[in-house]
Parts: sequence; structure tokens; C-alpha cells
Amino acid sequence: MVNRLTDQLFTAAVWSAAILVLVMFCWLLGDLLLQGGHHLSWSFLLSAPENAGRSGGIAPILVSTLLILAVALAAAIPLGLATAAWLAEYTRDGGRGARAVRMSLDVLAGVPSIVFGLFGNAFFSIFLGLGFSILSGGLTLACMILPIFIRTSEMGLAAVPDEWRRGAAALGMTRAAALWHLLLPAASPAIATGLMLGIGRATAETAALIFTSGYVDRMPESLSDSGRSLAVHIYELSMNVTGGDEAAYASALILIGLIITINAIAQALSERWLTRRIITA
Amino acid sequence: MFHADRWLAPLLATLACVTALVLLLILGFLWNEAWPVLTEGGWRRFIDAEGWYPLEGSFGLLPMLWATLAASFGALLLATPIGLASAIFVRFYAPQSIAGLYRNLLSLLAGIPSVVYGLWGLTVLVPIIAHWRPPGASLLAAILILALMILPTIALTSISALSAVPTALLQGAASLGLTRKGMILGVALPTAHEGIVGGIMLAMARALGETMAVLMVAGNVVQTPSSLFDSVRVLTANIALEMAYATGQHRAGLFASGMLLTLLVVLLAWWAAHAAGETRHG
Repeated sequence: MVNRLTDQLFTAAVWSAAILVLVMFCWLLGDLLLQGGHHLSWSFLLSAPENAGRSGGIAPILVSTLLILAVALAAAIPLGLATAAWLAEYTRDGGRGARAVRMSLDVLAGVPSIVFGLFGNAFFSIFLGLGFSILSGGLTLACMILPIFIRTSEMGLAAVPDEWRRGAAALGMTRAAALWHLLLPAASPAIATGLMLGIGRATAETAALIFTSGYVDRMPESLSDSGRSLAVHIYELSMNVTGGDEAAYASALILIGLIITINAIAQALSERWLTRRIITA
Repeated sequence: MFHADRWLAPLLATLACVTALVLLLILGFLWNEAWPVLTEGGWRRFIDAEGWYPLEGSFGLLPMLWATLAASFGALLLATPIGLASAIFVRFYAPQSIAGLYRNLLSLLAGIPSVVYGLWGLTVLVPIIAHWRPPGASLLAAILILALMILPTIALTSISALSAVPTALLQGAASLGLTRKGMILGVALPTAHEGIVGGIMLAMARALGETMAVLMVAGNVVQTPSSLFDSVRVLTANIALEMAYATGQHRAGLFASGMLLTLLVVLLAWWAAHAAGETRHG
């Protein structure tokens, strides 16, 4: 009898925890939709901020956000793919070089984002003389997303069966050709996943950008201009601009929408790349 | 004949070295920037000093360190049981269709930017707490927001750890006449515990390193917290707040606190990776 009672109590506890999470989720999302929803319009997306962001839109901020993201990806993708390919295809298990690189990536993955901000400010902005610019911010984010991108890409490459490599060698393909035409496409779902995780983290980032890409909310004219990212904009509006809450909520909705959209695009692209490469290769 | 293979391996190795160099650069620059404050008075000045008055050369980090630890452990205490229960719900209690939906919901929650959590905490949570016990922007608000942020991490990693428990083990438990509760507490959780602990450590690292959400709700008064309703300032928030105008020794002090923070988080993350690795191989 006692046993059945505790079993029922346990079931009740599990269900109430699950319902609590659901309620918190609905509360959060409901507030976002309610408070941000009616501030949202096409002109909000297409016009410049006015009155410190209380009115007007977020067009320059969207452009800056995408530019920062583009810089981060342009730096992180080649470096990350090369490192992942080297780790998965060119090193033996337990090799000293590979172990050192893996360990440095593990540590890098744990570094808090504000510390990336400190580093970006000291290295890119001051030491390299890039100043508060989209370039500094993007490169700082690139450092930040490298570990997760490399880890997932490497796992994708390692999951490709060895028969494929032997088959390619038997057909007389160079290892470079096998990598480009066979292994990378075969690992592309994992690579895309890593990319998505990285983009998600980069788009959401605030702390690493405040002291690297800066606060300026004008339309950027080049990559060496300072540009305010969407996340920094939300922070500014809610903390330093009284009466900016509605615009902040609307920007938050856009930010979450942006993250979801980028994820969907990356997924679709990776699927198309996979089918095209495998068939024509 | 032009042979791509001859240069590809060295090229990839070089690029991998560049990747590894990033960490060295970060540590090197932190050290270099923190140097002025470390040479003058050594590391003890961060502990011995009465408080954080950087302009007067007093760099006591302890009040902010306590605040950081209090907020993180509080969030962990709150998020661990609920996150674990959510994982058990998805794995053992929810009907198939609901389990999938619930999991997607958790992933969505995990993807919401910290600044959005901060915004919500500042405009919704803080006024509620202020109504009850002013000023509202407090350790409690920081704990609640952090708990909400790390809950999806704990739940999602626990779900994967619980999914890795062999079905045969669970069927064996059921055939021995164990109740569902007995099976979960006696078989599933002990088998998956290392993966779960790894997830909790990751969540802790995230809580320690979180800046924006805490900065927005904690009130940012430098003091050792004596109650849940005190305004506190955590290490990360301190860097974000003061970097804009800090120069000289003050700036060096901020970099030193960044180093301390990195050390804390990296140790935790390394421990977490170790725990997770052990589950995989053992």
C-alpha cells in the first residue's frame, strides 16, 4: 500500500515539474508576443532607430548583425573545417599534436563570453588596431564558435564508414579529392548542425560584442565601422533607455525569429548539398 | 603532375595549429593586460582588500565572487530537480507525441538568447519581487533567471543520458516486479548518473559565465549578499559594467578578474567533459 502511494506521489511530482516548465515557457513566450507583437511592422524592420530606439526601426542594426555574423562565419568556416578534417582524417588516435589541439578546443569551449569580449578588445580592437568595428566583433565571435563547430564537424567525419575511404583510394582518387567530393559531403549534416549551433550562439551573443563591435546604431558603411548587433540593441533599450521596453520586446521577437530562420536555412542547404555532391561526384 | 595530397596535409596541420593558437592568444593577452595589477601587490590583494574600489587601488574580489557563487549554486539547486524531473517525464511518463513536442520546447528554450531572458526578468520578474520585497533587482531575481536559463541544458543532457540506458536493463527491472518509480530511481538514474552529472557541470559553467541576464536583474551593488533580496554584482557583470571607462590599473584589475573567472569555468567544464567521457568509455 505504502509502495503504491509513493509511486503515485512520484508520478505527481514528475508531472508537476513538467507542467511548471511548460507554464514558465508559455509565460515567457506569451509576454514576448504580447508586448513585442503590436510594435512589430514592416516599417520597424526597414527604418532607422529614432529617439534612441524608442521609436523608428532597427534596419541598420539588422544589417550590422548580419555583417558581424558574415565576418564570423567567413573566418570560422575555413579554419574550423580544416581543423576538423585534420583531426578526423590526418591524425592517429592519441597523437600528441591532435591531443594538444583537442585539449585547447575543450578549454576554449569553456571560456565565458565576457572573457572573449576582453580578449577581442585587447587583441583585435587595440593590438591589431581594428578599433570598435564589425570586423573586431565578427572575429571575436569566430574564436567563440570554433570549438563547437569543429567538434560537431569532426564527429560527422569520423562517422563516415571506412569503406568509403578505401573505395575512393581503390578508384585512384587523391585524398584531397576524396575529402572534398566524398567525406565532407557525407559529413555535411553534422557540419551544418555545428554551423547552426555556432550561428545560434553568435547571434545571441551580447557580452563579447559590447567592447568589440560597439554601440553605434547608424547604418555601417564598411566593415571597419562600429555596428550595434540586435542583442546589444535589446540590452541598450532595456537598461539604458527608459520607455524602450516595447521596442526591446519587438527586437527580441525579431532576434528569436532570426535564429530560427537561420537554422532552417542551414538545414535545407545541407540537405541539398548532400544530394548534389554525392550524385555528381 | 600536380599532386594535391602533397600540400594538403601540411596545410591542414598549419590551420589546426592556428586554431590551437587562439587559446594561447587569449590566455597570453589576459595575462599581459592583467600584469600591471599582478606585479604590484601580487594575487593576495584580490583577497585581502576590503572591497572593490579600483580607483583607490583596492581590488577586493571576494564580495563579487561570493555573489557569483551564490547565484550559480542557487540556480543549480533550483534547476537540477526540475530539469531532471522533466527529463524523466520525457523518457518514462509522457506519451510518444507529447515527448517529442516537449523536447522541441526544451531545445527552443535553450536557444533563447540570454539578453532576452534578462529583458523578461527585468520587466516581469523584478517588478513582482519588488512588489513583495523591494528593491526587486536582487540575488533572488538572478537565481530565478539563471535557473530558467540552465534548466533546458540540464533537461536535454539528462534526456540523452537516460536514452542511452540499455532497454534490456529496464525490461529486466520491470520483469523483477519493480514499480516504475523503483525502475527509474533504482536502475535508470544510477546507470545514467555520470552523463547527468556532466550535464549539471556544464550548466554550472554556463551559470558562472553568464553575463547579460544576471547584469540586467541583479541590481549590481558590490556587496557580500546576506539575504536573497540583496542587490548583488557578479564578476562577469562587473567586467561588462566597468570596461567602458576603465584605464590603467583598473583595466588590469578587470582582466585579472576575467582570468579568475576563466579558471573557475574551465576547471568545471574540464571536469564535466571528463565525467561525460567516462560514461562513454566505461
